[in-house]
Formats: sequence, structure tokens, C-alpha cells
Amino acid sequence: MHDMNGSRGFVRRLAALTRKEFRQLLRDASNLAIGIALPIVLILIFGYGMSLDVKDAPVAVVLDDASPAAYDAVAGLRLSGAFRPVFVASMHDAVALLERREADAIVRVPADFSARLGAGGAAIQLIVHGAEASRAAIIANYITGALAQWPQRRLDREGGPALAAEVLPVISSNGAVTIEQRMWFNAANTSTWYLVPGLIVLIMTLVGAFLTALVMAREWERGTLEALFVTPVRPVEILLAKIIPYFTVGMVGLALCLAAARWLFAVPMQGSLWIILLASMLYLFVAVGMGLLISSVAKNQFIASQVALLASFMPSLMLSGFLFDLRNVPAVVRWIGNALPATYFMELLKTLFLAGDVWPLIVRDCAVLAGYAVLLLGAARLVTRKRLD
Amino acid sequence: MHDTLADLWFRLLNLCRKEFLAVLKDPKSRTILVMPALVQSLLFGYAATYDLNDVPYALVDDSRSAASAQLAAKLDGTGVFRRVATANTPAAERHLVDTQQVLLVLHIPRDFERRLYAGEQVPVQLILDGRNSNTAGSAASHVAAVVADFNRQWRERHGGRGAPLEVAVRAWFNPNLETRWNLMPGLIASLSMLQTLLLTALSVAREREQGTFDQLLVTPMTPAEIMLGKALPPVCIGLLQSTLILLVTRFWFQVPMAGSVVSLYAALALFTVACVGIGLAISAVAASMQQAMLYTFVLVMPLMLLSGLTTPVRNMPPLMQTLTWANPLRFAIDMVQRIYLEGAGLAAVRHDMVPLLVIAAITLPYAAWLFRHRLV
Repeated sequence: MHDMNGSRGFVRRLAALTRKEFRQLLRDASNLAIGIALPIVLILIFGYGMSLDVKDAPVAVVLDDASPAAYDAVAGLRLSGAFRPVFVASMHDAVALLERREADAIVRVPADFSARLGAGGAAIQLIVHGAEASRAAIIANYITGALAQWPQRRLDREGGPALAAEVLPVISSNGAVTIEQRMWFNAANTSTWYLVPGLIVLIMTLVGAFLTALVMAREWERGTLEALFVTPVRPVEILLAKIIPYFTVGMVGLALCLAAARWLFAVPMQGSLWIILLASMLYLFVAVGMGLLISSVAKNQFIASQVALLASFMPSLMLSGFLFDLRNVPAVVRWIGNALPATYFMELLKTLFLAGDVWPLIVRDCAVLAGYAVLLLGAARLVTRKRLD
Repeated sequence: MHDTLADLWFRLLNLCRKEFLAVLKDPKSRTILVMPALVQSLLFGYAATYDLNDVPYALVDDSRSAASAQLAAKLDGTGVFRRVATANTPAAERHLVDTQQVLLVLHIPRDFERRLYAGEQVPVQLILDGRNSNTAGSAASHVAAVVADFNRQWRERHGGRGAPLEVAVRAWFNPNLETRWNLMPGLIASLSMLQTLLLTALSVAREREQGTFDQLLVTPMTPAEIMLGKALPPVCIGLLQSTLILLVTRFWFQVPMAGSVVSLYAALALFTVACVGIGLAISAVAASMQQAMLYTFVLVMPLMLLSGLTTPVRNMPPLMQTLTWANPLRFAIDMVQRIYLEGAGLAAVRHDMVPLLVIAAITLPYAAWLFRHRLV
């Protein structure tokens, strides 16, 4: 059909087209807003704003038993730094605080606490606000743990046979299992450490799929792509020229994230940097392929942006195992999650950052990503050719 | 030269009709306004859970005693823990965790039973995969509960003295602490926000791009009327989407609703108006549809992440918490959760309504002003 005078023509046409695409990308500030400014904003939000850690949570304390023992038992709440006990006069006041969410929980020491202490069976009441379920569960665990340590702490501090008679029944003296817990890969349980790999997945998806789908859909909508088809350029050149700028923007986003992970948040990078880069590039191809495919099917900016959100961004936030572990969800949702390329990229990044080079995972996940890249880019190429006929 | 109220209504109605048509005439657009809300609320309703129900674990039992078997059986009996391997070397243990075959390893020492009978405290080692520290923490507290249960039984059978200090835990408003109960009401507000913003921002940007906005400005309509005509359809669509998600929450996932439907809709309407105000302000600034969309998106991301939907606002540093005062979604989520889960009335959520009113009172007149003063 057209003269395709060898590889020199290919390179020349590709270079010219790519230059045009770059100009187009750089001309509109809104493209750079999403490619560069948004990653920076997201890095700051993920690193500083979002946290699942409980710190300094206000806890309303009601002492119906005014004994020193009762006071001492709840004083332990202060030790962990997770809680700030607020002593209130009555249960009524405590409930008011909880309802206004000025307290996360109520700890109530009943009137018979010290009387029952010696005999065993002393109980403390704990009420948590369930509206933020996961936070409430963490708080309940922490408080239970902090209260349970009290008898031992008191014995260690004051000792003496008199006290032993009072407190010992509480500390089981008859053999008990204790748990020596070690959290591998994230010993201090810093939530930033697992948010940052998730952030990289989000940004790559955003730049690759969302931005590409949107900008391509605009060309379809305005007919400028069809105008290109009548020139001697081949579809593959058009696609490559489209891919290169967005790929570049995506890599800039990645570089920002890696630098922030390393120097701002000190997230460990146990695995090799090269494999992180390789996996990210593979995923970026997947995302760009998805964007190209969506835009060529939708051919309308509003619909393309909606489909891109629905197919790429929201799932990578909600279904990739980033926030919610796929092991806990019903089978159907797990299958959907397992069908998403983002899930594999997420798993790979978390492992590479926190655990190190685990080769079985690297090989499998990279193979899956490469497979998706070939599939999606191939499909985009097919759809673009069909349009020419 | 101003005319009667009837004329005003007539013009407004016609503009609204035109706006509805612009959005709804394309079947693809109609689908995209309903399907995402439905699919996402169903999918995320199932996906969004921090509640554990399948924890693969490995047991390293150096004790091989009746007591250690009892502890392991207790763990298996919860239905949450699934023993997938019995490792015997540290290297095998490491491999199981590394490749994510197990979430945790429970290591019972050789002298476990002997020390238990001797009345000592016996540590068992619990190794957790911290790559998802959330799940790990949750699994750890499950193990702790199982061990506490084991201890109590052991004491009862082997003549321990007294009972330990009991902590009786109750959770209000969400007795089983199900994540879905607080996430779904949050979704009622947040899933419709993005589309409401986009629709509004695009409606003006599209006319700008096609040059029809200038025509609209030379009609007898005042900027305020144009703004109303542009604002009403997205408000209706946003409320329709919220309704879909509300129905899924209430009837599909059966999250009990404590508050009144009227209060909920009053709150949602105010929130949607504030969103539309922001959307209009964006559209007044953006020169093209692409810009309107990208700016909306750049704005929506922080709004979503700093709304308290996925991580609590109170965990944020003070500066970020202050910034969330400009985030309508933060107030909407708080409002909807309170009304839906806690049965709060409108008076109880007035502290959430005031910021939304302020946002609407700033953005809507700003947009109307820009319509008049910025012709691109």
C-alpha cells in the first residue's frame, strides 16, 4: 500500500510523530498536573496523611471504684503512647464523649473491682465505637493487652507478699502460654511501608491507563487520529509514538516515588532496584496498553475516562490487595482480583521492597505482567488497524 | 427589563431539559451513569473487609506433645486458620513465608509441655508476614485470643487458682466490628462524588470547546440562571447514584439503618450541591474537556484519600486534618455514617453541614461570576 522504504523511514516517521506527541503532552499544563504534580501530592498524602496506626487516641475512663488499685490498673493505658486517658465523672459523660467521637472507647472499672480482685474474677468493661470498624478492633486489642499486663507490672514494681496475695491470682500462676511475636519484613509495623508500594501501583495506573485513555479518546473524538491514518505512517508507528511520551511521564512518576520511598520515608528496599525498575516498566506497558485499548473502543472522552477509572484505577485501589487482603474476600472477588495485572504488580512490589528478591514470585509475576503487556498492546494494535480498513 | 417568574421557570426548565438530554441521549452514557455505581458498590462491598476468614499457617511443633497438639487443634478449630504446612527447619519456615504460602508460623518449643506442667510461662514464637501489616496485626490478635482461651482451659483442668483479669469488650453501632458496615455508608457518599464532579465540570467545558457557551451567554438568561440550569441535572444524577448504593447497602448487604431516610437525603443533597459547586468552579477555569477532566481527577484523588474512607482522619497529622476542612467528602462520610449507623438526626450533624454550606456558598457564586467574566 504505502511505500515503507525500509527501517530508515520507520525511524524518521516515528521520531517526527514522537516529537509531535511530546509537544502535545507538554503544551497542556493539565497533562503535567496528572503526570508530575499528582504523584508529588500523592506521595505527601500517603507518606504523611494516611495512617492506620493508632496514636494518642482519647479514651474515656470511668472509675466507679475509687481505690488506688483501680486507678493504677487503668494508668497503664498511658504507657503505650497509643492512648490518652480522659477521666470523666460518670458513665453518662463518657457516653456523651463517645457519641461526639471525642473518645474512641470507654474503659469502665466497676464498683466491686478491688473487692473482687483478691478473689479473682475482677472485670473491667470496655466499649469501643464501632463506626470505624478496623480502628475499633485495633483499639480493643491494644486496650485489652495493656490492661492484662497490669497485675504483672504492679508485682514487678512493688513486690512483697501482701501484694502477691492480692494480685497473684490474677496473674495465672499455673503455667500459661505467652506469645513471643515477631513481625517479619515490617517489624515496627509502620503503615507507610506498605502504603508506598501501593502508591507506585496507583500512580503507574493513573498515568498509564487513565491519562493515555483520555488523551487518545480526545483524538478519536476530534477525528485527528483518522487524519493521521491518511498519511504514510503505519498504525504501529502511531501507537509507538503515543506510547513513548506517556511511558516517559510514567517513569518520571516512578522515579519520584522511588526517591521519596528511599529518602523521605526510609522504606527499605530489600530487593534489587533493577528488578523493581523492570517490573515497573512491564506494568507501565500493561497500563498504557489498557489505556490505548479503552480509548479506541470508547472513542469518547467522558466514557473513556469512566471506563478507565472503572477498569483500572478503582480496582487497583480496592481489589489488588493493597488495602484489603485478597485472602479474606469471597471467591468471586478473589478471582476478579487475580485477573487484574495490578494485583501481581502489587504483590511483586511489596515483596521487593520489604522481603527481598524472592525468585519464584519474581519469575511468576513478571511473566504474568509480560503476558498482559503483549496481550493488551497486541489488542490495541489490532483495533487500530481495523479502523484503517 | 426583568420578566415574570413564570418566564424564569420556563427558561430554567428548558435549560435543564437540554442538559439532561446532553448527558442521557447516548445509551453508552446512560449505562456509565448507572453501572459503575452498582458494580462498584457490590464489588467493594465484598472486597472491603479487614475481617480475616482464611489464614494459611505453618506449624513448627518441636514439642510433639499432647499439650501442643491441643493448642494446634484449637487454632484449627476456629475455622479461620488453615494449616498448610508443618515445617521443621528455619530455612523451610523462611521459604514458606517468603513465597506467601503462609501468613504466619507458630513455633512451639521442645519443652512446651514440661514447662506448662511445671507452672511456668512458656513462650511460643509467632512469626508474621508483615508485607500487609494490617492483616498480620489482625491475625496476631486472633492467635492471642486462641492462646488466651487455651490458657483458661488449661488452668481449669489443671487446678489453677482464680481467674485472670477479665476485660469485657463491647462495640457499639457495629457489634461485630464488620468493616463493611462502615465502608458501605462511606461509599454512598464517595462513589457518586467523582461522577457528579465530572458531569458538572464537563457540561460547561464541552460547550466551551464547541463554542456553544458564548451562545448561551447572549441568551436572556443571567449567569445565575445558567448556573442553576447547569447545576440541577448533576445534582439529580448524583442523588440517583447515591440511591442505588444505598439500596445495595441496605437490601443486598443488609446493613441495618438506624437513622431516618429524610435526614440522610437532606445530608446527601447538601453534599451533592457542594460537589456540583466545585465541579462548576473547575469548569469555569478549564479551557477544554480534557483539562476539566484532568483537573477534576487531580482534585478527587486527595479528596478521596483524605476523607476518612480508607484511613481515619484522626490518624492524620494536625496540618492534614486542617486541610480536610476544605474536603466536602470528609463531612459527607461522617454525616452519612452517623445518620445511617448511629441514627443521628440532622441537628447532631450540623457541624458537618456548616462546612458543606460554606463550600457551596463560595463555589456556586464564584462559578456564576466566572461565567460572566471569563470568556475563552
